[in-house]
Amino acid sequence: MLFKFNLKRLSTQIAQYPKPLKGDWLVFLMSVVVVIYLFQNLWITQAASQLNIRQGNELVGTYDLNQTKEIHLHGRIGDTIIQIEQGKVRFKQSPCNNQYCLHQGWLSRAGQVAICIPNQVSLQLISNRGPEYDSLNY
Amino acid sequence: MTRSTIRNKTTKIQTTPADHHIAKLTAFAIGLHMIEAVIPSPLPGVKPGIANIVTLHVLYQYGFGTAAWVSLLRVFASSLLLGQFLTPTFVLSLSGALLGLSCLYLAQHLPKKYFSVISLSIFAAFAHVGGQLLIVRFWLIPHTGIGYLFPIFAVAALVFGFINGIVCMRLLQK
Repeated sequence: MLFKFNLKRLSTQIAQYPKPLKGDWLVFLMSVVVVIYLFQNLWITQAASQLNIRQGNELVGTYDLNQTKEIHLHGRIGDTIIQIEQGKVRFKQSPCNNQYCLHQGWLSRAGQVAICIPNQVSLQLISNRGPEYDSLNY
Repeated sequence: MTRSTIRNKTTKIQTTPADHHIAKLTAFAIGLHMIEAVIPSPLPGVKPGIANIVTLHVLYQYGFGTAAWVSLLRVFASSLLLGQFLTPTFVLSLSGALLGLSCLYLAQHLPKKYFSVISLSIFAAFAHVGGQLLIVRFWLIPHTGIGYLFPIFAVAALVFGFINGIVCMRLLQK
């Protein structure tokens, strides 16, 4: 009884509420446009075009992502194989125990990073506009 | 000896009825701010901002000067009550209030025929969030990655600005 839903009373209560004016709707629509614009610009990351491979502190090289290639690296504890395949990249083989780097899977968006700490190898994807989000620091 | 000199120097601060009026309105705003502080939020900083309903109401009933007093006093007093005075939270609150007020100062001249308090509320909410995010971006977390949060705060500003505006309009009708 306490929570009896009274539709009639609810509708009269809603009817008592003021209606927004024309300008208010204009402001509201403009705000929606601004929000959509923000989402499009800040949330949709672009596809990466290049790949930085680092070993320890040193940059091993910058590779184009649009190719099919396997890179063999001799790291601290063994050999790592990195596979580039037409716009995406992954750790294919690693000598580390946990295999976290392999479980990262394929990377393809700008700003993505995969690291193998035991073997001190890291991949960083960058776009033409340069590194977008520094997900290592963030 | 010392006691008597202190007693002699004690004078009551002269207050005007206008001061009492502002204090009363600010008390309402502080109360709402305290209620809001209890509500948990999924993301730190995303809050309904119901205390700003009082600011808007005061702006319409008593003018911009009183609204600015109420808004800024509320920020200072609430931060003292919550133990946040001069912390980053307080700076965020103050920067939001300042930018919200400056936005209201400009927006109050919009033609009343087409733009009600709802428009002002949305504008102020966006300015409020904008002011806070500028502080976050350039002082607290100076990093581009923070841009990832902008859309979420913009949605919150839109939704809560609209709702606060409707509530305030209803209050003004009475």
